[in-house]
Amino acid sequence: MPKIQVTLLTGRSLGQGRAKEQGKLSELYLESVACCEVQHEDLQNIGLEYGNNIRVTSNHGSVVVKVVAPTQPLPRGVVFMPYSIWATQILGSDTEGTGMPTYKCIPCTVEPAIDEKIMSIEELTKKFPRKRSRS
Amino acid sequence: MGLEESTFRDVVCTVCGCCCDHLEVTVKEDTVVKVKNACAMSTSKLLNYMNERIMKPMIRRRGRLSGCSYRDAVDAAAKILLKSRSPLLYGWSLTSCEAVEVGVELAEEVGGFIDNTTSTCHGPTILGVHEIGESSSTLGEVRHRADLIIYWGCNPIHAHPLHMSRYTLLSKGRFRKSRSERTLIVVDVRRTDTAKMADMFIQVEPNKDYELISALRAAVRGDEIEQDEVGGVPTDLIEEVAEMLISCDFGALFFGLGLTMSPGKSENVDAALSLVRDLNSKTKFVIIPMRGHFNVNGANNVMTWMTGYPYAIDFTRGFPYYNPGETSAVDLLARGECDSALIVASDPVSNFPYKATCNLTSIPLITIDPHITPTVLCSDVVFPSALVGIETSGTVYRMDGVPLVARKLVEPPRNIRSDIEILRDILRRYRNLKRLGR
Repeated sequence: MPKIQVTLLTGRSLGQGRAKEQGKLSELYLESVACCEVQHEDLQNIGLEYGNNIRVTSNHGSVVVKVVAPTQPLPRGVVFMPYSIWATQILGSDTEGTGMPTYKCIPCTVEPAIDEKIMSIEELTKKFPRKRSRS
Repeated sequence: MGLEESTFRDVVCTVCGCCCDHLEVTVKEDTVVKVKNACAMSTSKLLNYMNERIMKPMIRRRGRLSGCSYRDAVDAAAKILLKSRSPLLYGWSLTSCEAVEVGVELAEEVGGFIDNTTSTCHGPTILGVHEIGESSSTLGEVRHRADLIIYWGCNPIHAHPLHMSRYTLLSKGRFRKSRSERTLIVVDVRRTDTAKMADMFIQVEPNKDYELISALRAAVRGDEIEQDEVGGVPTDLIEEVAEMLISCDFGALFFGLGLTMSPGKSENVDAALSLVRDLNSKTKFVIIPMRGHFNVNGANNVMTWMTGYPYAIDFTRGFPYYNPGETSAVDLLARGECDSALIVASDPVSNFPYKATCNLTSIPLITIDPHITPTVLCSDVVFPSALVGIETSGTVYRMDGVPLVARKLVEPPRNIRSDIEILRDILRRYRNLKRLGR
């Protein structure tokens, strides 16, 4: 399976900012944030087209999202994901003594995941453990 | 607020740190029907604030959230806090200063940790300011006087859509009246939509901001740079930019999460603050962080007045203690040090890294929020709340530290209370239970 090494940036996009105000369970929010922007030449290297699903993997986790065209030009080897529960699946919790996790410049790989499903918010929240007894 | 249509003018927006105060909002039958002067995010919020609302308090029973009385929810929340030895009280940036004040009182009473979303946005900025200090001003000063604007690692067209038209490049100030009287430099990894409007765009390589700022400082001092390029930027260009910075009359550097979220974090900010300090020996220069949430600055201010520290405050020792990296929310959760959490107006399950979130969902979780969010879905006790600046009033702090009053425009849905009322009721119940020894 072809795989490319990339640098992941997460950040705000106007679409994400607008969609979150319409509700985080909405279809518009899912469309706006469960995605990863990849430059065209990088995408050709793994034989995919925009609209396909990809798997983005870091040292801390892995997530399936839709690959979309950059809304703002990206340098080669740099990919962008809007802030969201999909992006945070692959972020590390180490803050290097600052309190701030690293949300930008994260080494990752991107590979095709055409037949894999993008998890919904409800499915992602069920993934989190519930260990202790509840009231 | 009745059946008649009425228009509120000079409404303060409660989305981003710009806190634009020129909105016109038309209300009919307690519903917002028209919004003028607002950006796309603000319009979306004002016209859709009733989407996915929580309409009644909930408690988790047998694994499922189900409706309960307000009194039962307050009792359950107070009991969770009473049983805890180190609860975390987190959020506070999308509510009013008055609610933050009650939150700090509650944190002290329960002997827990209180942190606001600063720790995952401009926390490194505050650490940088502790080290270097900051040469700042209001956005009004920038609007009237700045002839050189820099956006470094931020993209206001997407994150602060009216920043340029109200305060910088496109604003009409007293002494700088048009676009042609201002120069815009954008430094970013991507050629963003903001960069497309710049007179000069400098594309820095990922994670090379510190090196580039250091080279720029050297050029401002007049030192020779031995390398041909730094961070992917040719030395000739760095020297040209340094000359532009020195020769402006009033420069303003705005920076965003491109500096605070990249490796280096507070060191990147430290370098930017130092650059502006250096520039003030040659000309007038200010630096202002592009704060994200509408009252994250207010949360910092209130916590500082009350405890001496702006965020990441530890009351478990019986007195306020502050050490970001140790007492900040993500670190506490990643180490599994909290045994319950109260989340106010925030969605950490969406925003925190995976491991920290796993530990958050593993402890008893109380959430106060107007809307259904992933954090609400993982909670044990949920309180629906009224939206500040729409359904309840409150003080908020703009990114430059100017306090503004966000007004109430409509009545909240029936039986929906403000964050202040809910927090006061939890605090009162907690004190009663403690006094009774339960």
